[in-house]
Amino acid sequence: MAVTLENMPKLVMRFVGIEGANRLDEATRRGVYGTYKKALGMAPAAIVDEVKKSNLRGRGGAGFPTGLKWSFIPKDAKTTYLVINADESEPGTCKDRELLYWDPHTLIEGILISSYALGCQHAYIYIRGEMIREHKVLQRAVDEAYAAGYLGKALDNAGRPGWKLDLTVHRGAGAYICGEETSLLNSLEGKRGWPRLKPPFPAVKGVWGQPTIVNNVETIANVPHIIEKGGQWFAELGTPKSGGTRILCMSGHLNKPGVYELPMGIPLREVIDKVCGGVPGGKKVKAVIPGGSSMPPLDASELDIPMEFDALMTDERIKPVQVRPGINFDMGGGKILRTMAGSGGVIVMDETTDLVAVTARIMRFYAHESCGQCTPCREGTGWLARITTRLAKGEGRPGDVDLCASIAHGIAGNTICPLGEAAAWPMLGFLTKFRGEFEAKIRKDLAPERRQALTQPSLVQIRGTGYQGTALPRGRS
Amino acid sequence: MPLSFPPEAQQKIAAIRARYPNAQAACLPVLHLAQDEFGHLSDEAIDAVAAALQLPSAHVWGVVTFYTMYHRHPTGKHILMMCTNVSCMLRGGYDVLHALEKKLNIKAGENSADGEFTLVEEECLAACADAPCLIAGEKYFLRLTPESAVAALDEIKKMPPDHKPHPSSTSGGGH
Repeated sequence: MAVTLENMPKLVMRFVGIEGANRLDEATRRGVYGTYKKALGMAPAAIVDEVKKSNLRGRGGAGFPTGLKWSFIPKDAKTTYLVINADESEPGTCKDRELLYWDPHTLIEGILISSYALGCQHAYIYIRGEMIREHKVLQRAVDEAYAAGYLGKALDNAGRPGWKLDLTVHRGAGAYICGEETSLLNSLEGKRGWPRLKPPFPAVKGVWGQPTIVNNVETIANVPHIIEKGGQWFAELGTPKSGGTRILCMSGHLNKPGVYELPMGIPLREVIDKVCGGVPGGKKVKAVIPGGSSMPPLDASELDIPMEFDALMTDERIKPVQVRPGINFDMGGGKILRTMAGSGGVIVMDETTDLVAVTARIMRFYAHESCGQCTPCREGTGWLARITTRLAKGEGRPGDVDLCASIAHGIAGNTICPLGEAAAWPMLGFLTKFRGEFEAKIRKDLAPERRQALTQPSLVQIRGTGYQGTALPRGRS
Repeated sequence: MPLSFPPEAQQKIAAIRARYPNAQAACLPVLHLAQDEFGHLSDEAIDAVAAALQLPSAHVWGVVTFYTMYHRHPTGKHILMMCTNVSCMLRGGYDVLHALEKKLNIKAGENSADGEFTLVEEECLAACADAPCLIAGEKYFLRLTPESAVAALDEIKKMPPDHKPHPSSTSGGGH
């Protein structure tokens, strides 16, 4: 990495903790919207080029290069939309909420610059329904930007004559799946948040059938910094293929949990020990979820890995996720799965943690949030939740461990959207690295013939293992 | 009894509608408005939204039942969203939830007898670094202990209610 903890400039989190910086006057005094004025003097294509040069990668989970995504908009598109994904809900992730509350104006500036570059005339921010306070602050900031003439006012002297931008804040209503971009677009259209098949990708056919770019809050909040200082400057801050800084949301068993903007590629051990003050009581780390609960965990021997998109996928010090001992999980095309940087939500678990209980809680989450569209996910996540819960209670049956692996393997790759993988990957990941803990949860008091009958998992057996076809609790009402 | 939006709410609906290329897209924001206005989304409230946006009631019904923040039944004046997902669980989130259940003498998902609170076991609320956490209205209650969570109830009671009472309800809450 090119910068260190000591000399790293704060970019997206520069206003976090500064009272009043979320109001227009104070934000403008601190330079917000200055870069927007500079951008209007540039050709739209030149802005896209700077973003490409910056190596900015999507901060929502997949780490897709932002400039490349932007370039997928068809050249002859007349109406295009920019949609900001502020539906932050991946367990362990708490960064966008900070940016929305403390610095909504830099986000709006980023939206203005990006929309100008892409030719969007209406942008939408899809904010999570539960973020009641952030919605209020963001809506106030949008109103301020309208009153100041940044939004809703046609320009005559810029690279796009007559161009103006409208910006609407759209509140979600409680559905994790709406963080998935095509589900988000359906929700924005006023429907149930069911993911769509891709292709067509949103950049070709998105909201209301028009080319649409969906970007994460942190991604777009970086854009003003790229245009202000240049794409090359931003690229040099990071690692060779990932520009800029990275927010890590550090939670779990830590002395100083928190949301930190850190050098891209900082080793995980340094974050835990130096930034977060280690684990309470001097305990050892047992497992770390590196990027939101849908990512396979790391064990205590895998903490020297750089926290960066490519390293977490390919570093050979991370053991491959297995379907069963000795057989690697195939991502397709023979690609193996280690883990991923995901959304930057890092959950640290100390040596006393019951990882079977943690897995059961994760599975319950995905079972609750499965939208119900695809059978492998709708049914499979429920089975995983029930079987892992049974294991966590010490009531596991022989064969349960293999059964979990078999169900997870049957979900992954067989669903419209990645929620299926989001459940399957941590299931297989925890089993790969902590299989003994799961096996230790199997009841010891079953009669030998019963044990024998239950050792070979099959679909028939799933019917005989407690699945009642009953719905999981759906939250309130 | 059919419900209709008061004039002020009708103006808000028109303003919301103008932000989108078609009426269907206004469905989620207008449902939020209807819930604020009518307390919860009863059959009549769903019909009122459908009529206001000229959408089939069945469509609005399908949307309402998909999202957890739309309430089909009366709720307390204050909805307590208590997270128990992994980050909160690791730092005692379930102890906090159980303390609230005990204090309010209800289970998660139920309304307190006095109609003040609805307790909801929530999925991750994006405040993981300050776990365990609870959201009530606009306010976050962070790094909770069973004691501090129970103590927060008095403060929450003094906050403005999350929604108006349902026009047909006499008690303003209950099951």
